[in-house]
Amino acid sequence: MLKLVNDIGEFGVEFLRGLGRAGLLLFHALVRKPNVRKSFPLLIEQLYAVGFLSLLIIIASALFIGMVVGLQGFNTLNKFGATAQLGQLVALSVVRELGPVVTALLFAGRAGSALTAEIGLMKTTEQLVSMEMMGVDPLWRVIAPRFWAGFIAMPLLAMIFSVIAIFGGYLVGVVWLGVDAGAFWNNMQVAIDFRTDILNGIIKSIIFGFVITWIAVFQGYDTVPTAPGISQATTRTVVYASLAVLGLDFVLTALMLVLA
Amino acid sequence: MDNTENLVTIRNLSFSREERVIFSNINMDIKRGKITAVMGPSGIGKTTLLHLIGGLLPPEQGSIEVNGQNVHRLSRKKLYRLRCRMGMLFQSGALFTNLTAFENVAFPLREHTSLSEDKISEIVLQKLEAVGLKEASNLAANQLSGGMVRRVAIARAIALNPMLIMYDEPFVGLDPIALGVIVKLIREINDDAGMTTILVSHDVNETFRIADYVYLIDGGKIIGQGTPKQLLEYADERVQRFIHGVVDGKLPAHCLSKISSLEDSTELASC
Repeated sequence: MLKLVNDIGEFGVEFLRGLGRAGLLLFHALVRKPNVRKSFPLLIEQLYAVGFLSLLIIIASALFIGMVVGLQGFNTLNKFGATAQLGQLVALSVVRELGPVVTALLFAGRAGSALTAEIGLMKTTEQLVSMEMMGVDPLWRVIAPRFWAGFIAMPLLAMIFSVIAIFGGYLVGVVWLGVDAGAFWNNMQVAIDFRTDILNGIIKSIIFGFVITWIAVFQGYDTVPTAPGISQATTRTVVYASLAVLGLDFVLTALMLVLA
Repeated sequence: MDNTENLVTIRNLSFSREERVIFSNINMDIKRGKITAVMGPSGIGKTTLLHLIGGLLPPEQGSIEVNGQNVHRLSRKKLYRLRCRMGMLFQSGALFTNLTAFENVAFPLREHTSLSEDKISEIVLQKLEAVGLKEASNLAANQLSGGMVRRVAIARAIALNPMLIMYDEPFVGLDPIALGVIVKLIREINDDAGMTTILVSHDVNETFRIADYVYLIDGGKIIGQGTPKQLLEYADERVQRFIHGVVDGKLPAHCLSKISSLEDSTELASC
């Protein structure tokens, strides 16, 4: 029993210590005098790596998920003779939940793991420390642009996901199964509220982007500089980020429903 | 600017990692314009010493002054400014793997100067020529051999014409030709550019060929110091054991007899 209490205490202390280190990392990376001339090209480079290169997996996943939701939704609504509501069902599911959450999970797997592995490898091969010895702060040069890129790219990817997924639902519902196109789009337009649905979805994706990228850059920077160290850090990024996204989704959804 | 004879002054330095004492109250003077070697068996903290001098690690006790500035009392901004005047060659080379050799050498120039691209290109090619790699400027870092990586890293370390350059095990894993090139380069860079060099190595033959002064460390203490010639004649058995690579026990008689007569340290290889 005492050992259990001791283990829990140790875990708690270690967790808080990690959180403190991660907080300090973010603080030192972001709180500084801006240098747009030098920072902007670095940000664009990272937006390409983190955002643009994630587009393909986001678009493909969104299309299939939208098609599945369309198919399942049609199947269920058909039992009640309410297939005209398919557009509403697809759009609400996607904009409120699936868009931000699935994009975040894919983003953690694709971009988050890549960020951790890249930064971890830079640490292992002494690139970060050599940068420091050249009088260049790696927090500014390496961490900050990657963090901002993830933070900006994630909501944009979630929006693209939602649009493509709705299109996937349209393809299955309207083009394949014959739901009336007018009813599909019109019911969707009537049911969706900009503030409670679209805006809340965007807020969720912004928060997810912040958390995933923070976890990814911290795990990379804090990695044990060995091959197993990088492997463990990359795994931790995907696991922690996925759990954080799912947990936060519940909290945010509950909060948004209460506020609404 | 401090005009004293020493560029780096280390006083009463102590440093430990967890329970293990790495340095215990050591003192060192690195003279301007000279090549000072820090030697000792693997794992005794030679690289740690360079990290301490560069302000990458804080000492437990004591002080390190570079050009009259206490490295560990400087603000972050001032420390970064001082580091611009210190070049360091890491054991792995630590080149940025996503950049070409040219881009690697240009990196500190782009970060710390507002020179035009033409001027940067001119300086980079000049530095690469100095290390004999002008032709390889467009090669990616991962296309370079071990010796070439070290030479590009040297070119990068001297890009800003630093006052101090530190080499961390520059001779490890090189073939005899690459080794000869690096040894010659270190001497030439030090003399031609008027730099001060700290060379960390456990390679006795190569280090003794170019070092002006040598500190030998073991067990957290300086066990011997002096010119290579003085060290060869050092009475301390631990010093002689390290220099001659004796695993344990007494030195072989033929080595002991050679110590007094040796003029050229390279002959020690036969011991």
